[in-house]
Amino acid sequence: MNQIGRDIPRLEVRAKVTGRADYTHNLRLPGMLYGKVFRSTVPHGRILGIDTEAASALPGVHRVITGEDIRKLIPEPYYGPAFHDQPILALDKVRHVGEPVAVVLASDPHVAEQAVQLISADYEEMPAVYDEVAAMAPDILVHDVLRPAGTFADLKHLKGRGGTNVALDYHLRCGAVDAAMAGADHVIEHTFKTQQCLHLAFEPFVSIADPGDNALTLYTANQSPSFVRIEIARLFGWPENRVRVKVPYLGGGFGGKLYIKLEALVAALAMIVRRPVKIALTMEEQFYMITKHATTFRIKSGVGKDGHLVARKCEVYWNGGAYADIGPRVAQKSGFTAAGPYDIDNVSVDSYEIYTNRTPAGALRGFGVPQLVWAYESHTDLIARQLGIDPVEFRRKNLLRDGRPHASGTVLHDAAITEVFDAVVARLGWDKPFDRGSGTLRRGRGIAIGLKAVISPTTSVAIVNISADGSTTLYTGTVDMGQGSDTAYALIVGEVLGIGAEEVRVVHSDTDVTPYDMGTLGSRSLYHMGNAMRLAAEDARSKLRALATEAGLPEGTNYPPSEVFKKRYGMQAGNIIGTASFVPTYTPPDPQTGQSGDVTPFWMVGGSGVEVEVDTETGKVRILRLINAVDCGNPINPGVARTQVSGAAIMQLGFTLSEAMHLDGGQVTNASLADYKIPGIGDIPPMEGELVAASQHSGPFGAKGIGESGTFGVSPAIANAIHDAVGVRIMELPITAEAVLRALRAEAGRPLDDE
Amino acid sequence: MSARTINFTLNGEAVSTTIEPHRNMIELLQRFDLFGARESCGQGLCGCCTVLVDGMAVSGCLYFAVWADGKAVSTVEYLDAGGALSNVQQAFIDCGAFQCGFCTPGFVLMTHQLLKDHPDPSDEDIRHYLAGNLCRCGTYPEIVAAVKRAAKAAA
Repeated sequence: MNQIGRDIPRLEVRAKVTGRADYTHNLRLPGMLYGKVFRSTVPHGRILGIDTEAASALPGVHRVITGEDIRKLIPEPYYGPAFHDQPILALDKVRHVGEPVAVVLASDPHVAEQAVQLISADYEEMPAVYDEVAAMAPDILVHDVLRPAGTFADLKHLKGRGGTNVALDYHLRCGAVDAAMAGADHVIEHTFKTQQCLHLAFEPFVSIADPGDNALTLYTANQSPSFVRIEIARLFGWPENRVRVKVPYLGGGFGGKLYIKLEALVAALAMIVRRPVKIALTMEEQFYMITKHATTFRIKSGVGKDGHLVARKCEVYWNGGAYADIGPRVAQKSGFTAAGPYDIDNVSVDSYEIYTNRTPAGALRGFGVPQLVWAYESHTDLIARQLGIDPVEFRRKNLLRDGRPHASGTVLHDAAITEVFDAVVARLGWDKPFDRGSGTLRRGRGIAIGLKAVISPTTSVAIVNISADGSTTLYTGTVDMGQGSDTAYALIVGEVLGIGAEEVRVVHSDTDVTPYDMGTLGSRSLYHMGNAMRLAAEDARSKLRALATEAGLPEGTNYPPSEVFKKRYGMQAGNIIGTASFVPTYTPPDPQTGQSGDVTPFWMVGGSGVEVEVDTETGKVRILRLINAVDCGNPINPGVARTQVSGAAIMQLGFTLSEAMHLDGGQVTNASLADYKIPGIGDIPPMEGELVAASQHSGPFGAKGIGESGTFGVSPAIANAIHDAVGVRIMELPITAEAVLRALRAEAGRPLDDE
Repeated sequence: MSARTINFTLNGEAVSTTIEPHRNMIELLQRFDLFGARESCGQGLCGCCTVLVDGMAVSGCLYFAVWADGKAVSTVEYLDAGGALSNVQQAFIDCGAFQCGFCTPGFVLMTHQLLKDHPDPSDEDIRHYLAGNLCRCGTYPEIVAAVKRAAKAAA
């Protein structure tokens, strides 16, 4: 039976509906201590002293640890995927409110929590900078010197650079932008902003370290166990094989649990006290761990008389917060798509990752692309309106087609931009009349489409094991956080070996057992690990054939595997181990121009169409319809793929309409679910989704990643629809009722009293 | 703080333990190796910690353990005690009504409460009862479908 395209429930469904699924959250080890974190109350300051005496004296407290204790264990206790800039506990300086300064360890977490209240720290407060554009000036420096990690070759040149908050500046040059702009019939420029918001997985960050003899086991809610292993080994100066990282299911990730978060801290604590240590954050503490970049995007386009885009200039400022995390990669690897899915001969992109005194920012469902699409699709709509061209017609005229070069120099293949766009337009019924509302309730429609390139180059390694009775187990470092990767790989392996996916056992994420995977991120897993899994299964299949030949079975006969084993080994014995690694081809971009003939192995396309109703008296926006179409290639498990699209769109709905971290003096003033509003069941509009007919020819059975594409178009489609309904333009996320009302009143010449 | 001995029924079984008054229901359940009710937001807003006390859904993170004294507590682990999944659990599977699964036990228990009160719930009933359960993966459309399917299966 064909496995590809089967609509099957995830393999772990029973464990999940019965509450028995394994999460790090559940695990307790004998002798385990709980750590509670004492955090900085100032956004920027020199540490003068930390008084831990009263906390240490509290009955039940095992020990209080500060950054200096960690420095005795690890002389250079700085970690991070792109930069080694983040101290395990603050050293010398604090750079954002909420930065971990000390940890109390106790057998009872309540005792540890109480003791944290008894710690005090003295700081020499320093001026702080929060805004990404303001931080471009070197007046207030978050870091004295840049500390790029050796991991990425294209960041090495930044080493030792000082006197700046710009962690990374990325540039793309295609054609002659200034000349084309000068010759254009229309030049239109806008600035758009997005807000700082966060992943807010319902399983808050949790990690446990279990120390051994110059060795460690980590049990952690993390999306990239292979990276954790490498980074912990580096910190301790150990070989990789002394660190074991185990990840069960994740209670949500969305990019938050990527790379290294609590792992270095629990590892260091466990090695100091020689006991297992668990740290589990509260929901409030998640606001001080990792966030989504706030951005400012200046975008300028030159348009010819005929409505063709001839030039586009993009300046993107990413608010990276106090530590780089993966922000520099976001600025670079998504930054290069900032001009959008359009065929424009002359493009320049300048993309800056900037340190500020905020909670660090990393990757959140789209790796920066939703911030870019927000700007370029709002801008594109405004151009069409200004030129008096229908926004659909204007886009059609300019969309990038397969076979045409993207601004990066890479020719587009298997990117169903036109198909996705057509699907959205058709479902929305763009050409048909609709009810525009009346009185104080006005209706409008908007569309938007985004393009993303998968981050490259990255590696996945897979193992497929056929046991002597013919049963099959696969081993993968992909972390299943709900996206259904375990099931997808079982389908792929099942397809190759001619068995049902339900019969395949999946072993995931234990670095002592599962081979290397770069990380579960950026919609890369299905393509990279999926390809590796397909190749490993093919390797197992050919080894099985070889075993049959060894056993003297005639070639071409179709003996069941169990008989082949029995014949070869005389009993139920032996294994077939199929292995494969997959790393796509890649040409590094030119450092000056960003040009590359092979910048990414696949493109993701997502489009949205919405119909809204705006209450002109209150500014309240009601979404009447939300349509999402994506190119996921040939879906491996269509049901799961569809829920990925709608789930991504719902998450983006929150980032569009309500979610924003509010800051006062660097302090987050709404760090709880009570004050930070995410979508609930009452907020979901009528939704339609479509996986357009497409194939990613280099993908496993024509498939590619899907986790992020549903986010791309949602925010600008809504802003475009609001403009269509009531004639005002929102330039900054989130689009709250207040923001719409302010815009309406300003447009009417009656601004609200406080403006 | 001094501990108190409490006696209660846990998933149909009479149990007893000694517990301090500041500990909540989640900590109590963990003592019995039950992890299906999970503390997430800690404010009674997300529903991940939903348990039934005397048949009524409560937020375990805000429910002091000592209040369980003399009461009957049921958790998600009770639903398939007989070996078979409940209608609601099966409907959640059939409709793909979860992704990461962390919030799922809360939704399942709250749906049981909903269907007990409204065997044939309207969309409004569903939204009202499940307003206190949040799903960050955004599987709400599938959850609504699952609730309706479960109602149909029970009818």
